[in-house]
Amino acid sequence: MLVEKVLLVCGLLSTITIALIFIFLFKEGFKAFSDAGITEFLYSVTQQTQYNPATDEIEVTGESIGFVWQPAGTPPRLSILPLLWGSFGVAFLAAIISTLAGIAIGIFLSEMATRRVRDLVKPALELLVGIPTVVIGFFMLAVLARPIRESAGFLGLDGIYRDTYNMMVGALGVSIVIIPVIASLVDDALRAVPKDLRAASLGVGATRWQTTWRVVLPAGVSGVVAAVVLGFGRAFGETMIVLMCAGNAPQMSMNPFEGVRTMTASIAAEMGTAAQGSTWQHTLFLLGAILVSISFVLNLTVEVIANRYRKRIRL
Amino acid sequence: MTEKSKDAVQSGKEYVQIRNLNVFYNHDKQALHDVTLSVDRNKVLALIGPSGCGKSTLIKAVNRILDLIPETRIEGDIRVGGETVLGPQIDMTELRQRVGMVFQRPNPFPQTIYDNVAYGLRIHGVRDRGTLDEIVEWALRNSALWEEVKDRLKASAMDLSGGQQQRLCIARALAVQPDVLLMDEPCSALDPIATGKIEELIQALKKDYTILIVTHNMQQAARVSNYTALMWLGKLIEHGKTKDFFTNPKEKITEDYITGRSG
Repeated sequence: MLVEKVLLVCGLLSTITIALIFIFLFKEGFKAFSDAGITEFLYSVTQQTQYNPATDEIEVTGESIGFVWQPAGTPPRLSILPLLWGSFGVAFLAAIISTLAGIAIGIFLSEMATRRVRDLVKPALELLVGIPTVVIGFFMLAVLARPIRESAGFLGLDGIYRDTYNMMVGALGVSIVIIPVIASLVDDALRAVPKDLRAASLGVGATRWQTTWRVVLPAGVSGVVAAVVLGFGRAFGETMIVLMCAGNAPQMSMNPFEGVRTMTASIAAEMGTAAQGSTWQHTLFLLGAILVSISFVLNLTVEVIANRYRKRIRL
Repeated sequence: MTEKSKDAVQSGKEYVQIRNLNVFYNHDKQALHDVTLSVDRNKVLALIGPSGCGKSTLIKAVNRILDLIPETRIEGDIRVGGETVLGPQIDMTELRQRVGMVFQRPNPFPQTIYDNVAYGLRIHGVRDRGTLDEIVEWALRNSALWEEVKDRLKASAMDLSGGQQQRLCIARALAVQPDVLLMDEPCSALDPIATGKIEELIQALKKDYTILIVTHNMQQAARVSNYTALMWLGKLIEHGKTKDFFTNPKEKITEDYITGRSG
């Protein structure tokens, strides 16, 4: 059958594309290791020098270690740790915020909302997911960043609020996209819990709340966890929002109110500048390979969890 | 409560009373028309009738699980042990503790066997391990499941067979010590052997419980019940002692239905 063959090719096309992306990223990324030693991607060594008037020479007085991403500097500093820090920091903060909010909204939609409220809220959430992230980034940058700074001031955080555009603002921006994703998936997961189980719980005298906490959530926990992991993956790969409003400063600080730059933002911002075939470019590919590996692992996790979910829910 | 009805409760006469019950779905679709019937204490009433005749609706009204369906209206009166169960001021937790329910398809929680039975107790605040153990064993013995699961109480309830799951659900209902049991076609998803076990169980349970059972199976109604009622299009057609009901039906519809000429 011709149709079958065409469909088969279409199906294989996506698999082939993924395979090619993997091969290409890793091939280009690993070139970075032949350009420079592996330690250079972790830290950079800076020599401390001093001019000695007696000999009229610059003498090396010591060395210091730094985690600096300055690929265009002389010599180039290629520590990817600040970028990893930025990515993980934003993703973790966003994951915490959106997990709490997303699960709360998901429970509300599935267990409490009347049909009318649901019919209003659910499409709105799905619409929110569809907004181009560049618009959300712009919105955060131009509209919300300052009010957020001011409200942090009200909370007495002025002292540590270093940058207007920082990890927290980035994480909040990313949360705007992730919360609806998690809420929608949690809603689906909880609604997949058979109605019979709710009836059984209510039937022995449990309240709606007890039923939600003790029966529905535990029965749907795999789906909820899968939703959170998927949300985390989404947060990790998010580019435009963090590029625009997380400060875009490759630095490592425990303070969430300082600017950061993520791996994704680095690739997007620097790909055009890095010379073809340069160590810089290879390093950006290396970042890409790391990102793909992480999202691969996260997706695998979701798949494993979802499989367990299917087994558990069989009745 | 009048003196007369107090006496009735004490003697166990008309322990579950349903009077002029009307149930409406979606505001105007009437599922039950003016149903009046009662069951004495520790007796079994079987409700038979074709699909959609309102027999499930009727028993679901008794523990108000019907409230879960939005836009449902119940009119009339239902009394269990002399106390009304209708109205907004009813404590559902207490009512559903007194009136247990077993559903059409076995619906154990995806938890351990032990946790399934202990669920209702924990909901009602029982924390003491010894008490829990004791009641769990008691409930499993009373649902004729103890011998089969006593060595694997911590195993998942999902690993049990359908019939065992249904007996587990009965144990879960018994654990909170109800005195009325509602059974909504409890055997419809089970094979004949598992069905036989449930029927034996019902025979044993009627010593201590007042049971309302919905069934599609007329032989089953004849085997397990003291009283049988036929529902038809939301109306109660006939209701009486099971023996008389099947051997000497008063209504033409009943006769046609039990002889298989209609329904």
